Amino acid sequence: MSLVAVGHLWPAATTPTKGTPSMATTRAPPKRPTGRSRARRRSGKRYRGAYPYWFIAAPAVVYGIYFVLPTVVSFYFAFTRWDLFTSTWVGLKNFRTFFQEQALVIGLKNTLIYAVLTSGLKVVLGMALAVLLTSEIRARGYLRSVMFFPTLVSTIGVGLTFTVLMNPELGVINSALDTFGISGPSWLVDPHLALYSVALVDVWKGVGLATVIFIAGIVSIPSEYYEAARVDGASSWAVFRLITLPLSKPATATVILLSFIGGLRSFDLIWAMTKGGPGFASDVVASVIYKQYQAGFYGLSTAGNVVLFLLITVIVLPLSWLLNRKQVDL
Amino acid sequence: MKHHSPVRPGGVLVALTAVGALLAGCSSDAKDSKASSSSTSTAATTSSSSTAAAATSSSSAATSSSAAPSSSSSAAASPTETVPAGLKPVKISYLVPAGTGDEEIAKPVIEAFEAANPGVKVDLQTRPGGADGDNLVKTKLSTGDMADVFLYNTGSLLQAIKPAQSLLPADGAWTADLDKNFVAAASVDGKLYASPWGASFGGGILYNRPIYDKLGLKVPTTWAEFMANNAKIKAAGITPVEQTFGDTWTSQIIFLGDYHNVEVKEPDFAANYSAGKVKFATDPNGLLSFQRMEQLAKAGVLNKDFASAKLNDGLTAVAKGTVAQYPMLAAAAGQIKTLVPDKIGDVGFFAIPGDDAATNGMTVWLSGGVYIPKTTKGDKLAAAQAFQAFLTTKDGCDAETKGQAPAGPYMSKPCTLPADVPQWTKDSQVYADAGKTSTALEFKSPIKGPALEQILIQVGNGTSSATKAAENYDKDVVKAREQLGLK
Repeated sequence: MSLVAVGHLWPAATTPTKGTPSMATTRAPPKRPTGRSRARRRSGKRYRGAYPYWFIAAPAVVYGIYFVLPTVVSFYFAFTRWDLFTSTWVGLKNFRTFFQEQALVIGLKNTLIYAVLTSGLKVVLGMALAVLLTSEIRARGYLRSVMFFPTLVSTIGVGLTFTVLMNPELGVINSALDTFGISGPSWLVDPHLALYSVALVDVWKGVGLATVIFIAGIVSIPSEYYEAARVDGASSWAVFRLITLPLSKPATATVILLSFIGGLRSFDLIWAMTKGGPGFASDVVASVIYKQYQAGFYGLSTAGNVVLFLLITVIVLPLSWLLNRKQVDL
Repeated sequence: MKHHSPVRPGGVLVALTAVGALLAGCSSDAKDSKASSSSTSTAATTSSSSTAAAATSSSSAATSSSAAPSSSSSAAASPTETVPAGLKPVKISYLVPAGTGDEEIAKPVIEAFEAANPGVKVDLQTRPGGADGDNLVKTKLSTGDMADVFLYNTGSLLQAIKPAQSLLPADGAWTADLDKNFVAAASVDGKLYASPWGASFGGGILYNRPIYDKLGLKVPTTWAEFMANNAKIKAAGITPVEQTFGDTWTSQIIFLGDYHNVEVKEPDFAANYSAGKVKFATDPNGLLSFQRMEQLAKAGVLNKDFASAKLNDGLTAVAKGTVAQYPMLAAAAGQIKTLVPDKIGDVGFFAIPGDDAATNGMTVWLSGGVYIPKTTKGDKLAAAQAFQAFLTTKDGCDAETKGQAPAGPYMSKPCTLPADVPQWTKDSQVYADAGKTSTALEFKSPIKGPALEQILIQVGNGTSSATKAAENYDKDVVKAREQLGLK
């Protein structure tokens, strides 16, 4: 996976480049942080893309019907009491109810813990694995595949499997710990541990993608830097700290953003493993919203989604800007 | 009706796991009291005109077929005769939740119905159970895509599917045979919409009879006796009470099953609760239902794996005698037949004990309902109505019994229980015969807070006190009332 491809996942608007003429008339792809001069050359008014606009018509219709339209309409339904048959305008009441929801306070706290924890671990572990898997080790190709495998498995399948593995009485994990004389914790059914148990599984499943992005970032660093460093007698640690780490910053930014957004709106794994329980102990914002939907409170759950949308925007936009602001200086 | 929270993939088809949906069920929008006048009147016009249209088509179908007593309410004949003899050959679809035991009941019923009405075919279709199924039913109804006949809850969930807009009122001589509690739970604004599906059943405590015999215990009629029994059982080295929070809905049985004890002390509790005049946190009787759960948790009488065990674990444990008592719906006990067939006679049933032995009685869950959407027309409608009527006949109920042993009385007069019912059904029958029963709160009020099961799990695992839980549940109920548009 190239960095440019990854770059598509960020809104272009979040990587403003000073002095670039209006982008409105061009179709320049999101620029790489280092692509300043090329971008300027490309974005002249007479520049014409190789493909006509109507190439995007079909995807645009699908995107419009299944994404843009529901999104816009949801802003209306968030202000109504809605039962699928009729909707009644209730003003801001849904938002007031949502913020008074007892599980929401726990949910907000848990969402932040979950996002920070999973994204932090994915960055650290992903980077470590990427460094390992780009070095000269035996069976490198095989190990890369193995490491990426969990990412390919269905989240629900992973959730159910680990629910069985983590069963405190009958699960394989605690049975294995028992043979070493350790009495394992209750994992998913301990109210104080449930969220962290799910977060660990999320990291296990998601670290493969982070590693692949890091590998792409590391591989794209020109080998001259490493050769020069070796000539100067730099230690491995120094090479990592002064070359690999700073030069793979775009990859790091991508991993942080993707995993952080993923963590904030995380739902499927938590729902498959704990349904927000025991009680409300592992509820996150998304599971609180889903429960309102299950209860048939459609207006209220839509309001919750609007809140989640705004929350993610408020957190991620500045983060994205911050991460992509600086060019790398060596 | 047994319609329950998500069926676990890979799990056994838990006949009646599903009963839990009744518990898990929470109500949705009921009335558009605040609906803008224009939309209300439009809706009203649409619904009344389509009622008229449906009624017309129904009566024309009736006239076209030689004998169509299902729409003549004067026929005071025996129920079997209310099934129209001259139905046109037609195929109707019947939608039931999957993995809830309803399919097993539906098969013999359809067989019997088709035999009684040659030419009519019933196509059995399934949908998910639980809240996902509720949402599917609402979607199908609101888009006019519903099956010709479908199974759904009676009670608090019924209002959420907007019967006045989406369903045809039930009509026919058979409606006179129905249990009055069922009629109340299957009616909205005085109109009956459903025919009963399956038997009613109690919610209380399943117990292992050999353990009770061995320790010389008496079935408790007060909470104090119950706790004393628990102490003796614990002293004998047996786990006294099973809880199975792995299936979250099962956490509600002690609380919901205690409702009879609330109602005998406060006969108008349900009305006041629906009107928002009584709160669980401030009403001593209501609060007591939460405190009973708290007492069990604090007394240390629960099984070690209460947080992760599931319904089938609990049923197996109480049948095998590794646990003495398991608070559960009597209908769910039917699964013991599959799990531990040779111990089926070991399991008895008693109601949740209250404060007063004299008034102690059983909280009853009513049957689910079989409904006809307004989109069913013509010959299919006549067949669908005949199907509704058939379920109230002796033949219909006997077919249901073939699918699953009833755990309590049927809701229609001509139906009788077979002689070989399980022990828990016999034990339940004692309360019914003595008239010591109350219908569960969720059949008396359209409001049920959706977070009840989680709140009770918090009490059970000690992360919340009974008082705090009651306050949280009151908030949940206020939210549900607001979302239903009730004032």
